[in-house]
Amino acid sequence: MSNITNDEVDVVIVGLGWAGSIMAIELAQAGLKVRALERGPDRPPEDFAYPKPADQYAYAIKNKVFATPRDAALTVRYNDSETALPTRKWGAFAPGTGVGGSGLHWTGVLIRPTTTDIKLKTYADHAYKRGSLDPDLRIKDFPFTWDEIEPFFDKFDKICGLSGNTGNLKGIIQPGGDPFEGPRSSPYPLPALHDTYNSSLFAETAKKMGYHPFPNPSANVSQAWTNPYGAQLAPCNYCGYCSKYPCLNYSKASPQTAILDVVKRMPNFSMRVNANVIRVDLHADKKTARGVTYIDENKNEVFQPAKIVILSSFQFANVRLMMLSGIGQIYNPLTETGTIGRNYAFLSNGDATLFFKDKHFNPFATAGATGEMFNDISPGNFEDGIKLGFIGGAKIHSSQATGAPIGTALPKGTPGWGKGWKEGMVDWYGRSMKIGITTTCMSYRGHHLDLDPNYKDPWGQPLLRMTFDWRQNELKLQRYLRDIVLGIAKELGPDSISENFLSLDSHWDITKYVSTHNVGGAIMGDSPRDSALNRYLQSWDVHNVFVPGGNAFPQNFQANPTATIGAITLFAAEAIKNQYLKNPGPLVQV
Amino acid sequence: MMNKLTQFLTTAMLALAGAAVHAAPDQALIQRGEYLARAGDCIACHSAPGKPAFAGGLAIDSGHGIIYSTNITPDKQHGIGAYTEKQFADAVRKGVKADGTHLYPAMPYTSYAKVSDADIKALYAFFQSGVKASAFDAPASKMRFPFNLRFGMGFWNYFFADAKPFAAQAGWSDKVKQGAYLVEGLGHCSSCHTPRGFAMNEKASNSGQPAFLAGGELNDWPVPSLRGMPRWSEAQIVDYLQTGRNHGSAVAGEMTAVVEHSTSHLREDDLQSIAAYLKALPPAPARSPAVKPQGSQETARKLTAAVNLTLGERLYLDNCVACHFVNGKGASRVFPELDGATVINADNPTALISVMLHGARTPSTDKAPSILVMPGFARRLSDAEVATLATFLRQGWSNSAASVSEREVAKVRK
Repeated sequence: MSNITNDEVDVVIVGLGWAGSIMAIELAQAGLKVRALERGPDRPPEDFAYPKPADQYAYAIKNKVFATPRDAALTVRYNDSETALPTRKWGAFAPGTGVGGSGLHWTGVLIRPTTTDIKLKTYADHAYKRGSLDPDLRIKDFPFTWDEIEPFFDKFDKICGLSGNTGNLKGIIQPGGDPFEGPRSSPYPLPALHDTYNSSLFAETAKKMGYHPFPNPSANVSQAWTNPYGAQLAPCNYCGYCSKYPCLNYSKASPQTAILDVVKRMPNFSMRVNANVIRVDLHADKKTARGVTYIDENKNEVFQPAKIVILSSFQFANVRLMMLSGIGQIYNPLTETGTIGRNYAFLSNGDATLFFKDKHFNPFATAGATGEMFNDISPGNFEDGIKLGFIGGAKIHSSQATGAPIGTALPKGTPGWGKGWKEGMVDWYGRSMKIGITTTCMSYRGHHLDLDPNYKDPWGQPLLRMTFDWRQNELKLQRYLRDIVLGIAKELGPDSISENFLSLDSHWDITKYVSTHNVGGAIMGDSPRDSALNRYLQSWDVHNVFVPGGNAFPQNFQANPTATIGAITLFAAEAIKNQYLKNPGPLVQV
Repeated sequence: MMNKLTQFLTTAMLALAGAAVHAAPDQALIQRGEYLARAGDCIACHSAPGKPAFAGGLAIDSGHGIIYSTNITPDKQHGIGAYTEKQFADAVRKGVKADGTHLYPAMPYTSYAKVSDADIKALYAFFQSGVKASAFDAPASKMRFPFNLRFGMGFWNYFFADAKPFAAQAGWSDKVKQGAYLVEGLGHCSSCHTPRGFAMNEKASNSGQPAFLAGGELNDWPVPSLRGMPRWSEAQIVDYLQTGRNHGSAVAGEMTAVVEHSTSHLREDDLQSIAAYLKALPPAPARSPAVKPQGSQETARKLTAAVNLTLGERLYLDNCVACHFVNGKGASRVFPELDGATVINADNPTALISVMLHGARTPSTDKAPSILVMPGFARRLSDAEVATLATFLRQGWSNSAASVSEREVAKVRK
């Protein structure tokens, strides 16, 4: 182990997933010398050439392209009075690692929040009587208007080759799309994927019941697509290996397919893999960073000097690096002082599985994002939440992400192994469909992240500690959504139904996979008093540190996060190029 | 002591004066030379992996021994730094080195003979002032007897080399003329695309001869005819040369590096001229099909129904259909079209077998940065399976080429 100092760069990027790749190309195209540091290995296209990824055991069960708990563990507890324990095996969520990050193995649902979702606090104050919601609720507005952020959603849609139906074009509602979506400046770049049988059945019934279904907005592209950077995506072949897999067909937008081949051609861009950043190094006055320190693959400690530091690793890692580096003050839920670690939120899902003796769903022919959904039950679009005393909503959908056999849903009473299970598989594989919910999750005073006092990583640095559990608001929402899902399910007339929803006394179960949509912890806001970052994802405390990612969301909406991560990162990149370079300093004065 | 210092200063001042006299040629000329060096793809042969650009040392198997490319950086001892412009011109256009020895015609001087004086001047400026000198000493070529006797190349040149300068044909537009100049001269396309005779000589040296650019075989790889290019429009030819891909095709084999290092760097107007010229050549006569094609719709129907499949059809569904689809159409600029593809219908199936076994990857170019990989199936498929699958490809849809044998596959797999 020795100490090495690299040549100085204009921009160092910590983590080469979606956010890091967007920053890399945008800032390299502006002429800056950019270096990306990635904790994991490179993942070139040969690694997932056809048919290698079509291996459920390796990728979906053994988590082939995910961070190992050893590299990325955190500790978890339900509330501040408990002692947190480390995650020794991924359960509810599973962060990625390596070039492409989670952007390599995401499913590819690319959906925007609604105009209400980005101004949720304003909506809540307006729609709910004072005192009718949980007093510990700490939801906030995103610090930009729809019109300000929309062009960046639009750009990211084009980077990804978004496939689906336009719902609202410049304020005019379009047939077949989501009538609740915010106005788009341009239509979806590509038409929707083909529907599968389950999604057609669901859409037909939902429509009959007065809902407004539309195809899941998809970054598994329906046709060949060349994006604004010149990168090419190939038409999806519905192989069903998307979520937890790299795409074997160049069909899922990822940093690899949409950005990296372009930026790697640029002489002012370079990257180092297996480079694990352990801290951001600050100048003595703590007002600016002077670079970052990482451990390279030979266990050398390397200092990378840089004028601008972009923290674009996974949400947890971004928050933790800020804490380890002394950027901002760690949040204390008792005094509600400090900003780093507050507003952590997750999400819940739930579903009903409908079994039909006489239907074949051919689940093996599908794309990760295949499905139909409706947005009628999202904040601002329905009244019942106000009456029942909860805030939130869900996208209600029938998706068919994969037909991979391990974990196939079987009717209640079917044995989980042996002869009975085999017979169940023969009888029921391909004969069920799901109707699911993906819910909002509010932020609360007591849900937060900080540094664990007991557990350390291999470099002797404390692990991140998560304090989180379900609140009544989210559980009431689940019960309300359950009734809607079962109503649609019954209308479809299956032979049997099994259901999976939270009850009012449920605790968060960290062992069952939900989704890796962890958000908050270093949120964007209007004030350095209760947010870590300004609207340009710039640290209020250290102005040459920018922190794009899910960490910036003040709470979780029902939409999947990737579209918003893309949009806010592009928004921040634009501000760095047009404002920060000319006049380095805080971009928002308070 | 004093004397020595004076001597040193004088020498230094003379050196400075010398530098002032031999002012570097103007930047525009060097840039023009750099561009022409791209068009001539000099770097392809004159750079070896891990060695400085243009320092030579690349081993080229001529079939009669190994030829090592030479150092053409401006190093005075190991490179061509001591060459006068006349000596440089003779090396490029006549294959004669400054010391009077002959180059082997792996150096395409029979094409470069057509390079104009003005362009030679620009190339000379680039190689003298635009390239970093390298003292790398490229190994000597190891040719077998009698080819190791370089003077023999003088006779070869007498019989086979057409040292005539470029001449346009009557009736050509300026655009076609410019394309012809690039293709026949620096582009040295005929090195691969014109069939060769018994002494490795190209059978034709200008477009007036029907064998010129009529395709054939090179190192047992079927090389397509460029005459007329009836299946491609001018825009599609330009797209291919710029990006290594177009509506229905993707580059493979030796041409991949040509696109990456040479054609993708050419200006659009030059590429358009090249396309116009190729389209202006009368096409080679179509060969009579080896077998009756199954018909595009019939093959798509059988693959869609997927019942009573032949082994070839089943192998296609299990290995190829994900990208190339049941209609064999692939997807524009991403997955090549198999129905009607030249490489599939070639008499010699070697290239097809090679791509099936070893795969291919598009080069990353300015206009199309994405590297799209077709995996090789050597580990997945046996020789018999590859032969059966290749036979299906050559006889499915509208394709009409002869069956492929297991032996042919085994030969390529080695």
